[in-house]
Amino acid sequence: MQKESSVAYKKLTPVGEANHNLYSGTFHIEGGNFNSAGMVSTSIKSILKELGIPGDIVRRAAIVSYEAEINVVSYAKKGLVTLLVDAGSVNIEVKDEGPGIPNIELAMQEGYSTADQRIREMGFGAGMGLCNIKNYSDLFHIESEVGKGTHLKMIIYTP
Amino acid sequence: MTIKEIAEKLNLEVKAGRGSLDRDVTGGYTGDLLSDVMANSKEGYLWVTRQVHQNIVAVASLKEHAGIILINSCQPTKETLEKADIEKVPILVSDLPAFELSGKIYNLLTTKS
Repeated sequence: MQKESSVAYKKLTPVGEANHNLYSGTFHIEGGNFNSAGMVSTSIKSILKELGIPGDIVRRAAIVSYEAEINVVSYAKKGLVTLLVDAGSVNIEVKDEGPGIPNIELAMQEGYSTADQRIREMGFGAGMGLCNIKNYSDLFHIESEVGKGTHLKMIIYTP
Repeated sequence: MTIKEIAEKLNLEVKAGRGSLDRDVTGGYTGDLLSDVMANSKEGYLWVTRQVHQNIVAVASLKEHAGIILINSCQPTKETLEKADIEKVPILVSDLPAFELSGKIYNLLTTKS
């Protein structure tokens, strides 16, 4: 049995307190349902646009949330996404109930994938998802426990 | 140049998103790996692919692509067409392979008329 493992990337200095929330909400992702894959990311993108978040930040948040959503759909039973927007940042958390990731360092390597043929035929599972999330977030934290699930936290700072 | 102009010049068949063909095309990206397209394509691009399932609509919509062109006469699924019409994402079909189609689009976009 693997122990819980956790890796944080791109540590940045913490932002100040007293940022009041512009938006806070949760979204459910259904594992295995590729028909509705992308709907949560589309909602997040619309919300950020309505809040007047700058376009490049919205586009990065769309990439990050889409990749996380596809991972839940591809591997987990279900997932819960929390979106929190404050004056200085867009925070996206994705917590799933799934198989977990035994070796996060390996999973973070571009091109490494455990996706099956069905997932690959659709053009997913190329081993790029977590890399995209890391590259397009200012702060990325991943925790996973085998047999329980994976928890991602992403922050994109707004100018 | 708009998608409509490109469709006429390259003899593309319009399958969905007919109301959005006046969008300006700023560039293009060719690929079948969705994460690659998510990471490397830009707003206003035409996406050239052979993927036909409905998830291409979500990618094109999130990335604000001008539209999607399917190669080698690949036909989009019914669900893909329905979703594309709802999301107003143009889907067109070409009988050319990806290399040739991408080359022709590139020439159209970079040659000053």
